[in-house]
Amino acid sequence: MYRAGTPDAVPALRGVDLDVSPGECVALIGGNGSGKSTLAKHLNALLTPTSGAVRVDGIDTRDADRVWDVRQRVGMIFENPDDQLVAAIVEEDVAFGCENLGLPPAEIRARVDAALRLVGLEHLRRRPPHLLSGGQKQRVAIAGVLAMRPRCLVLDEATAMLDPRGQAEVMETALRLCRHEGLALVLITHAMEEAALADRVVVLADGRVALAGPPAEVFSRAEPLARLRIEPPPIARLARLLAASGLPLPPGILTVEQLVEALSPLGAAP
Amino acid sequence: MIRCESVTYVYQRGTPVETTALADVSLEIRSGEIVGIIGATGSGKSTLVQHFNGLLRPTRGRVYLDDVDIHAREVDRRRLRQQIGLLFQYPEHQLFEETVSADVAFGPRNLGVAGQELDRRVRGALERVGLDPDRFGPRSPFALSNGEMRRVAIAGILAMEPRMLILDEPTAGLDPLSRQEILDHIRRLHDERGLTIVLVSHSMDAVARLCRRLIVMDRGRVVADGAARSVFADPARLAALGLGLPQVTLCAQRLRERGLPVRPDVLTVEEGRAAILEAVAVRARGAS
Amino acid sequence: MELLRSFAFGQYVPVESPVHRLDPRTKILAALALVAGTFAIGTFAGLAVLTVFLAAAIAAGRIAPGYVVRGLRPVFWLLAIAVALQVLFGEGGGHPVFRRGPLVVTRENLLLGAFYGYRVVLLVVATTLMMFTTSPVELTDGMERLLRPFRRAGVPAHELALMMTIALRFIPTLLEETEKIMKAQMARGAEFSQGSLVRRARALVPLLVPLFVGAFRRADALALAMEARCYRGGEHRTRMRQLEMRRADYVALAVVAVAIAVALGPPAAWHAP
Repeated sequence: MYRAGTPDAVPALRGVDLDVSPGECVALIGGNGSGKSTLAKHLNALLTPTSGAVRVDGIDTRDADRVWDVRQRVGMIFENPDDQLVAAIVEEDVAFGCENLGLPPAEIRARVDAALRLVGLEHLRRRPPHLLSGGQKQRVAIAGVLAMRPRCLVLDEATAMLDPRGQAEVMETALRLCRHEGLALVLITHAMEEAALADRVVVLADGRVALAGPPAEVFSRAEPLARLRIEPPPIARLARLLAASGLPLPPGILTVEQLVEALSPLGAAP
Repeated sequence: MIRCESVTYVYQRGTPVETTALADVSLEIRSGEIVGIIGATGSGKSTLVQHFNGLLRPTRGRVYLDDVDIHAREVDRRRLRQQIGLLFQYPEHQLFEETVSADVAFGPRNLGVAGQELDRRVRGALERVGLDPDRFGPRSPFALSNGEMRRVAIAGILAMEPRMLILDEPTAGLDPLSRQEILDHIRRLHDERGLTIVLVSHSMDAVARLCRRLIVMDRGRVVADGAARSVFADPARLAALGLGLPQVTLCAQRLRERGLPVRPDVLTVEEGRAAILEAVAVRARGAS
Repeated sequence: MELLRSFAFGQYVPVESPVHRLDPRTKILAALALVAGTFAIGTFAGLAVLTVFLAAAIAAGRIAPGYVVRGLRPVFWLLAIAVALQVLFGEGGGHPVFRRGPLVVTRENLLLGAFYGYRVVLLVVATTLMMFTTSPVELTDGMERLLRPFRRAGVPAHELALMMTIALRFIPTLLEETEKIMKAQMARGAEFSQGSLVRRARALVPLLVPLFVGAFRRADALALAMEARCYRGGEHRTRMRQLEMRRADYVALAVVAVAIAVALGPPAAWHAP
């Protein structure tokens, strides 16, 4: 879906190549200043590459006439839930994007209702956003993007400011949209447990792709990760320590479920 | 040193949105402790710590510092706030001065500290959070990274030389590296300088590594108070309260459910490894 | 702070009533007409007619009279001073009813003071009734629609409405932030309520600087988020919520017009008492 061959003149990103397909979840990780957020802003033409190109459904983001088509196709959710909702009532905020697209009122109404249902917030449609929890606000933001019928959802550290419950809500919603509605999902995150849920992990460092591959593969590469000062998810580290101590564990364990599954035979009643 | 006796706090009393943020909370935090207060958003933990330095006044009940009621007439509020340093969530948002040094000096200056003593305190506070006073002191706080700004904010409290440091979600919104740095500094303030520390958080992970004692709050009440391990021994309950459990703890629990006798109160990866290996060994002995 | 808070939440009383259901444009126009009407009325009888009308409207809007009285509280002192000035220093002349030293109170001045005072009361009641029965969001919508025809004349209807919307959305957030920063600085020994005026003004710097920095940071973030959601000004934009003038709206406007006409009375009576 995307093809990004990006700048060499700009220090923020240098020659990044990345493809994301419908229904696929890609996690972008890397330290501060690695270029993650810069890359995210390239995905929907908030920034355009100095050299190279970003294509969304074949549309070049530098094509000034089609900027709005690109932004309609790629929905962005930002870090601070308080700074991205515009309207004083939930459903009006969800409608904001569609109104900008100039859709007829009845169509907007239908899309807003459907989007609120998809994120499970129809019961809060008449609330003012400041009375919602952080997780709910982020889901309102997701609904606002969904109503525009995007092909891709970009979460730019969208869970960083939330409590554990909010983080779980947002991740569950985003992953469901990716798996069941076929949206491409780009997760920019500091939380390695979240990255572990993606189909593919891309590690950025100094504006370049330093490592890329399925999470099991990327998180098993201890040395390059240590050099990039990235700590694999705790369960991956635990599994590696256990395997080193002689337990028969398959490689690539990342989640609690996988580890429990692999260790359960040892717990079976003798 | 701080003691709360049946503290109740009601927000917006007499309006339709009246809410009881704290209900009959009694607890004591002793000198030299490192305590975690955990609870989901809205559980009252932030409201509670604002009672420690007198920013909020209990609707009912009393708060004592060294056995003196902090709302007694003769108590000097500034001195109270000097002794009980409180850092809010996203404390970098309180920075306002032109230079880092001037911002760190704001607190002690309000206390009447000046001259060489002020200079000494500012430099000392910056050093304690790992910022070189000569390099960072003259810079604008707004030109720093998030992690650095947060450390400046912590230094701003340390420069008041408090006996107790309360930090509300000190690692929220930071990348893992800055998070670790901040936690290391906090640990050192406790271990090396004997500061009493209270960490407020909704995430167990940060708190688990640092605190020996945990206070768990839910809907304005203290629902558990004790050694971190004993609190973690009932993870199902903690999860029900909407608190993020360390994944290693979660894993140990699930393994127990599957019949592997892993200690339930493990917190870190290293502890998890030891506990699982031990359980496997026990099982193997049982089988042979 | 209180002012901002009431602006943010409006004085909206969320109940179901025929008045609540009216189109916001109807209520804005009615309130404007009533305000103009009270200024034009010159007799106590006229004011009495409007009083009856407003009382009926309050009842139809299912607003507790206590709320209306409370709504007058903010203007009470202003009103009291204006009336007192009129009574004590008005140029009504006429029959003195009270005299002490240089102060002379005449019957005419008392009447005029009561008249002007009551006029202001009605004016405030008419506008608060609109605020009570129309949510700030509806008010914004209504204003945008009413101003739309003047767009050609350079009235930025959409931009004004968007500004209102964003203000409504962010005032609660900024209030929370203000409270938090105040507390954070108090934890560093700052005092906001002690000392001379100059000292207090200076004490505001540690509050205002972070507040402005924060507001600009939010504005930047919001602008980016709006752009990402295809915002490009009022052109091409449609609205989900459509306002619709129904029969009830025309009836309500007609009733208001009749009430004002009756209150004004025959032209011959157009003079102050």
